Amino acid sequence: MVAKSLELLSKNLPLLLNGLAASLQIALASVLLGLLLGCAVGAAHLSPSHAVRAAAKIYLEAFRIIPVIVWLFVAFFAIPIAFNLTISGEAAAILIFSLWGGAEMSDLVRGALTSIPVSQYEASRALGLSEVQLYRQIIIPQAVRRLLPGAVNLVTRVIKTTSLVVLVGVVDVVKRAQQIIERTHEALTLYAFLFVLFFALCYPLSLLSHWLERKWPA
Amino acid sequence: MARMNSPQLYTTATPTHSGRSVLLSLENIRKEFGSRRVLDDVSLEIHEGEVTVILGPSGCGKSTLLRCLNGLEPVQGGTLRLRGLPMPGPRGDWRPIRQQIGMVFQSVELFPHLNVIENLLLGPVQAQRRKKDEVLVEAREWLQRVGLADRELSYPRELSGGQKQRVAIVRALCLNPVVMLFDEVTAALDPEMVREVLDVILELAREGMTLVIVTHEMGFARAVADRVVFMDEGRIVEISSPSSFFEQPATERAGRFLDKFLYLPRQTEPRL
Repeated sequence: MVAKSLELLSKNLPLLLNGLAASLQIALASVLLGLLLGCAVGAAHLSPSHAVRAAAKIYLEAFRIIPVIVWLFVAFFAIPIAFNLTISGEAAAILIFSLWGGAEMSDLVRGALTSIPVSQYEASRALGLSEVQLYRQIIIPQAVRRLLPGAVNLVTRVIKTTSLVVLVGVVDVVKRAQQIIERTHEALTLYAFLFVLFFALCYPLSLLSHWLERKWPA
Repeated sequence: MARMNSPQLYTTATPTHSGRSVLLSLENIRKEFGSRRVLDDVSLEIHEGEVTVILGPSGCGKSTLLRCLNGLEPVQGGTLRLRGLPMPGPRGDWRPIRQQIGMVFQSVELFPHLNVIENLLLGPVQAQRRKKDEVLVEAREWLQRVGLADRELSYPRELSGGQKQRVAIVRALCLNPVVMLFDEVTAALDPEMVREVLDVILELAREGMTLVIVTHEMGFARAVADRVVFMDEGRIVEISSPSSFFEQPATERAGRFLDKFLYLPRQTEPRL
């Protein structure tokens, strides 16, 4: 039975890998854009300007409160219809996952920066360091250490959330599996494959996050 | 008749250095937090080689005064001078001043992501742009002198409170500062670690370094000070020699302050 399952999987492997490539492409692009966006918006959360802080806050809350799937439908259906545009499922997914990841990341960045006591800034200034040196040598290295475990967790969440792209017509690895099930009725084998696949992708990241937490206690 | 319960706890520093030139001067300094006046028309001169100890009740403005000296707190009025030259305003560039002033904090504030030697090199190499090799030699000498030669590669979390504070003192000393500011540096330490830190400061005083010290350790204050500045409610109330301050304070407020540090019952130890 196991042999039969493996044979089925190996026969369909090109299809499944093709789907996986689509998933990973979206996940990778979203993670990269999201991390960059999150750092910028995270700094904006601490801006001296009220308007900038308010804008960052509204953005964060909008993506926190409204489910990602709703945002995905807004980007894929609502906006193209309203403005008579066309947008591919992949593009809509990357757009929304980046914005969502960026929102979550911005809160992690804000938390990491505010967790560093004001007295660390004072001690650095008392040594005669410039503001650039202060951030480069003291604040950012400490903030990154506090940020990384949470950021790695966020990456696993983004990877898992990419499975929503099925709903906007992207043929990802989950969709490929469903197609194969429809053909062969081997649901158990294919879901087992998906289980192992997502585990293999996310568990090392989860371990990494734990390891970082232990390596750099707050 | 001494007011201190154990005046011999610390050995006495060298006698006063009178007639030295003025290193730091504060002229009519005014500092406000919102509507609250924390420093009210404070004027003081710190001389080269002099050890000034600032005493006073909590909230009297003594720590704020110290923090004004290197611009960590901007002042609202008055003039600060270093060797006669006015210091920058609130928006000015304080870096050249700060690179000449060593400061040690109550909360220690070593950089937790850097090891001991990296903590020490940061100011001289990054801020002062000195050669790393040359600073390294000095830093190691200082570590040796405070008994921490073997902790060069330790991280702050691996050190005791007293060791951390000694490293923080060395970090400030590595700037080769013209004056050292100590802001209640033993107040957050376990009692058994206070001594090892105060001994280092006393040693610096003996060598003739200019020190400005805010402390609640009365025995230490008496032992180390050339001059005691007593503050209350944002003003300087009294400036005396340590012996006259502790034995016969000139003002009633200083007397009341010292009474709080006297644990003997008043019946058996009458007021002076």
